[in-house]
Amino acid sequence: MSNKVIHALYNDDDILMDAVKKVKAADHHIDEVFTPFPVHGLDKAMGLAPTKIAITAFLYGITGLSFAIWMTNYMMIEDWPQDIGGKPNFSWFSNMPAFVPILFELTIFFAAHLMVITFYMRSRIWPFKSAENPDVRTTDDHFLMEISIHDNEKELKSLLKETGAVEINVIENK
Amino acid sequence: MSSHYEAPIREPLVLGDKSYHDITVDIAKPIEGKANKNWYIAFTISLIAFLWGLGCITFTIGTGIGTWGLNKNIGWAWDITNFVWWVGIGHAGTLISAVLLLFRQRWRMAINRSSEAMTIFAVFQAGLFPIIHMGRPWDAYWVLPIPNQFGSLWVNFNSPLLWDVFAISTYLSVSLVFWWTGLLPDFAMLRDRAIKPFQKKIYALLSFGWSGRAKDWQRFEEVSLVLAGLATPLVLSVHTIVSMDFATSINPGWHSTIFPPYFVAGAIFSGFAMVQTLLGIMRKVTNLENYITRLHVEYMNMVIMLTGGIVAVAYASEFFIAWYTGSPYENFTYMSVGAATGPYGWAFWSLILFNILIPQLLWIRKFRRSFIASFIISIAINIGMWFERFDIIAIVLSKGHLPSTWTRFEPTFVDVGIFIGTIGFFGVLFLLYARTFPVIAQAEVKSIMKVSGENYKKLRDGNHE
Repeated sequence: MSNKVIHALYNDDDILMDAVKKVKAADHHIDEVFTPFPVHGLDKAMGLAPTKIAITAFLYGITGLSFAIWMTNYMMIEDWPQDIGGKPNFSWFSNMPAFVPILFELTIFFAAHLMVITFYMRSRIWPFKSAENPDVRTTDDHFLMEISIHDNEKELKSLLKETGAVEINVIENK
Repeated sequence: MSSHYEAPIREPLVLGDKSYHDITVDIAKPIEGKANKNWYIAFTISLIAFLWGLGCITFTIGTGIGTWGLNKNIGWAWDITNFVWWVGIGHAGTLISAVLLLFRQRWRMAINRSSEAMTIFAVFQAGLFPIIHMGRPWDAYWVLPIPNQFGSLWVNFNSPLLWDVFAISTYLSVSLVFWWTGLLPDFAMLRDRAIKPFQKKIYALLSFGWSGRAKDWQRFEEVSLVLAGLATPLVLSVHTIVSMDFATSINPGWHSTIFPPYFVAGAIFSGFAMVQTLLGIMRKVTNLENYITRLHVEYMNMVIMLTGGIVAVAYASEFFIAWYTGSPYENFTYMSVGAATGPYGWAFWSLILFNILIPQLLWIRKFRRSFIASFIISIAINIGMWFERFDIIAIVLSKGHLPSTWTRFEPTFVDVGIFIGTIGFFGVLFLLYARTFPVIAQAEVKSIMKVSGENYKKLRDGNHE
């Protein structure tokens, strides 16, 4: 395993997109791209798999709905049934219309929060986590492409130069 | 550049010759610079108002709800009026970021951050009122469904007041994570620019170590989209449920099936008016005139006209039905001949003036695109929407089913003081936010620069000729 990486910096999203396509066409593996804002189509150009996070939101939503059904049934029907405003409380289903707001809110609550927590965990972002972008300019106006070197430093350098990189650095990893 | 095409007829959303770096500098400037005198004056006034309100809250809790102007027939008045007013204001933020995201409206990017901040701070104020009105705020946790020994054993899931607890806490917490997730890349930008070690530490902590990897952005966009999809029905549900506090009762004037859509429209109406008020000041103070432009003001005014129109139609139908039923009870609802000519006639006519008549000026394009006119009209709507809630609550309760119970509500200085206090608290939070947070979603604005930036549009349109 090589421990040298090359960092190519770009200063425009369109040039970066073309560069990513060229580097992929030359059969190099792009380790990572750091950008200051979402560049549309970059994930596809890099060959990243689509994210499945929306599916998790759906599953969390179902969890929330089930929890709300269990909770209203346990509290209002089984544990301590009360006749409130003549609303029928002998079965969960007949009392259900009054529970719709609770069912709805808990569905949203579970789906939204658990999805965001999943996103934070999967992308490894949380309080006290230190940033991992190799160059501070990548949150401002620069775009950084990271490629591992496998005895092809010269070839890569010239290829990246051709694609319009404004700066090329070779980084020795510890 | 073909992927960045936008019809030349569309006005640019970002003015001036801006590069990506210029946006960074413009957004970071209010945070990195020193506050000016006006900021300190505004902050001091807000703080004094807040402290005065805190004093009134302490007095209320120490002495009892008897310090308010409530009586045995009017058990709800200023507190619930203020609660509904603040919740309504809290509706624009998530609407802007969620609904406008689903509709792919690019103009939302200049205003979403601040209106979401406004939402969160407004919902804080709203939440205070029911808790103070409990009289024993230390027992506020009784509204949570937890096993207990203090009587009713469980909370009542049949009650709209409990639906409110769930709706508002879901709304507040979901809005908060939506806002914070959007803030991460912007906090990261501030972190990477910070020179002072303390500032760097704070923004590093706030940014959760955001690095901006391609995969992170992919997830970020998906999460934003799904959150928008979840938040859209959530926004509509919150004021629907607030309206059910009234609509599920049996008071004439409250027991009305049009309340949910009418309240939601009113909430969006007042929320956009408050965004207009706040941003009208903020764009000047923070020198963001190139980002919050006339076009943004005009678009917001169009939303105000639409929702204001819905509200006006709702008033008209309430008024008509009150008359058409021929029921004597209906003649004392907040929208009736009885109300217009009764002791609260001044409140009725204030509502008509501020909420219906003055906003009609926005049909004139010149006013719609004028910062000053929009600002003044937005203040009128803020007042009008407060009167709407006051009318619905106080006028209806002042004329019960039995004429012998008819009474009036007179606010005490404590009622007024708590309301002023929440405005002060809101001001304190918003002013602190404006000094420490990136007030515009700069990462998102950068992503639309090539589509809607003035310089890029000029460049592109020039090529076509």
